[in-house]
Amino acid sequence: MSNGSHKGVHVAYIAAIDQGTTSSRCIVFDQSGGIVSVAQREHRQIFPKPGWVEHDATEIWTNVQAVVRDALAHASLSFSDIAAFGITNQRETTVVWDKATGEPVHSAIVWQDTRTDALIRTLGDQDRFRERSGLPLATYFSGPKLRWLLDNVDGLRARADRGEVLFGTMDTWLIWNLTGRHVTDVTNASRTMLMNLETLDWDSELVDAMGVPREMLPEIRSSSEVYGTYEGVPVASALGDQQAALFGQTCFEPGEGKCTYGTGAFLLINTGDQPVHSQNGLLTTVGYKIGEQPAAYALEGAVAVTGALVQWFRDKVGLISSAAEIETLARTVDDNGGAYFVPAFSGLFAPHWRSDARGVIAGLTGYISRGHLARAVLEASAWQTREVVDAMNADSGVDLTTLRVDGGMTANNLLMQFLSDVLDVPVVRPIVAETTCLGAAYAAGLAVGYWSGTDELKANWHKAAEWEPSMEPAVRDKGYRKWKKAVERTVGWMDEDDD
Amino acid sequence: MPGPIQSIQRAAEVLKLLAHGGAHQLSVGEISRALDLAKPTVHGILRTLQEVGFVEQEVEGGKYRLGAALFQIGTSYLDGNELRAKALNWSDTLAMRAREAVRIGVMHGKHVLVVHHVFRPDNSRQTLDTGALLPWHATALGKALVAFGEWPDGDLQSFTRHTLNPDQLYLAMNEVRDRDWAYDLHELVEGEASVAAPIRDRRGVVVGAIGISGPVERLCDSPDQPPRLELVSYVREAARSVSRELGGLSW
Repeated sequence: MSNGSHKGVHVAYIAAIDQGTTSSRCIVFDQSGGIVSVAQREHRQIFPKPGWVEHDATEIWTNVQAVVRDALAHASLSFSDIAAFGITNQRETTVVWDKATGEPVHSAIVWQDTRTDALIRTLGDQDRFRERSGLPLATYFSGPKLRWLLDNVDGLRARADRGEVLFGTMDTWLIWNLTGRHVTDVTNASRTMLMNLETLDWDSELVDAMGVPREMLPEIRSSSEVYGTYEGVPVASALGDQQAALFGQTCFEPGEGKCTYGTGAFLLINTGDQPVHSQNGLLTTVGYKIGEQPAAYALEGAVAVTGALVQWFRDKVGLISSAAEIETLARTVDDNGGAYFVPAFSGLFAPHWRSDARGVIAGLTGYISRGHLARAVLEASAWQTREVVDAMNADSGVDLTTLRVDGGMTANNLLMQFLSDVLDVPVVRPIVAETTCLGAAYAAGLAVGYWSGTDELKANWHKAAEWEPSMEPAVRDKGYRKWKKAVERTVGWMDEDDD
Repeated sequence: MPGPIQSIQRAAEVLKLLAHGGAHQLSVGEISRALDLAKPTVHGILRTLQEVGFVEQEVEGGKYRLGAALFQIGTSYLDGNELRAKALNWSDTLAMRAREAVRIGVMHGKHVLVVHHVFRPDNSRQTLDTGALLPWHATALGKALVAFGEWPDGDLQSFTRHTLNPDQLYLAMNEVRDRDWAYDLHELVEGEASVAAPIRDRRGVVVGAIGISGPVERLCDSPDQPPRLELVSYVREAARSVSRELGGLSW
């Protein structure tokens, strides 16, 4: 079968490496943005203690090399067929390694890891660094994780002071291994809590407050430029996964945004060349920066548990054997029967930010069947999105008119229809659901001239499906009222003596 | 060799009847009327099926519906939602390459049930028709499914003067089996054509079909010729990729 290389005409491709939380993938794209080949390898999740989550950075690097090899092999391609590599990655996950040997000094501390909880409390008020970094003090971000390593790995601070070790998020770790350069991009740097949002450089005050040596931090570069080469192929982009999805959805204009449905859901809206500070519990972050052009900023609303609730329903409750079956089960009934499921498994994220909340199923009666519960599970993703969209609308002063969605859960028609119903706007899925990889590919392709500019990328964006709102306003309002009441019942559950 | 076991045949009839309505529920009386069986017989069958979890009742003494155990048997049954989730990337890629709308279908009784629909990538106004039923004998999807499965009984409606009659269909089915892909030309709608190829699970059983459809001017070199082989190759490649995703192909 032809793989796109026609006789006499050399057709190059772009390969995107997606270093995710549970696996590493490589997807090869053609010039129209179509998928040519996919390869994937999962890595171990290391849980040394409750609340701690680690990855073996060496295992991840081995897997990344393997998926690149596999993806090329699936399509009978060689490195010379690839015009550039792009990188997108799980954000905030932190690794420190020996500059001379390349050996990590400790397992990578994953974004979900809450070991810095106590450290965070000693650093002061939740909003202490918000003005400079755009972020509330929370366990997710890299700075506190790096500080924990410096405080807890024997001799690490001394080695750091001698300039023997390097810090990086996963983009930096991969680029260092691929090209030998110690760099990060602005989007990943914006999640360390060490970068100044205005200058897009390490902020002395933040770095000092966190107590980390500046020498071990990578150089901050744009998201789309050639950092170096691997096997002769330019490595030409790096973007945090959610920012990559924003790029892949071609949200290049202020006001354009997308919501990606995976384990959690992440709504990002491009706010243009100025950072917008949220009054409604959203994060301010860098959306992307193409070469020498000004950075585009974004507001981010993060929902911790969406797809993870379906997985929980599959693995812990066992009423379904695959995530997709939740739709089959949910369709056995016409509505939620009055049941609402608020999955505040580790507290509530945006817009509430309540770490003392825990999950509830509200409205239980003897009438509720497993079909109703399946509905409530799906509806939870939609109502949580509604809350974040309301916060976005309030912060930006402009109402969202269409929601662009991507991610695995967009295969669920029932959820997508319900989402459109509760938001009362059309929900649109683009023709490449793998927008995270596509965004990394786009940014890399732009850097090497494979694509001419963002207009060409916009022309590649096509609607694959659209769901129109069809819910009666009274039904929507009542549902939202009940949802909010259910949310109220989650807060304040955790007590001082709870772990 | 012993003959068929009547009670198993009857139990199968009951399950088929319940399956036809999707989420539909039926009472003992409704089932006994539909299958022309005595109420106590139906009741006995349902009790047994309920014990093994193949049917269930929402409330005691209420109507019956298919049970969760049936859904969990799994290997012999591929959930349409599952198929869509697994096929998402490849149906998107097919739509982009062919520049036409893509549908994935499975057999549902005598019809093809559309379980996935990707819009034609031209940003024109289109409506999702996931959940729609198509006649099998006048669509490439249906032919690709029936060629490797059971021939559904029932009359075959003529939609255009090109709709195939049973004899022509029989020959066409042989061709589909030889080539491993199917097409329709003006057979459902005058001026429209479709191409489809079968999707196989890990046992090699055809569990669905994926295909494109559109005006003959775009799909065919001339109005009386089968769709262009370039398009056929895209469709077959997509079918192979989805099959691989389902574990049906090892490469």
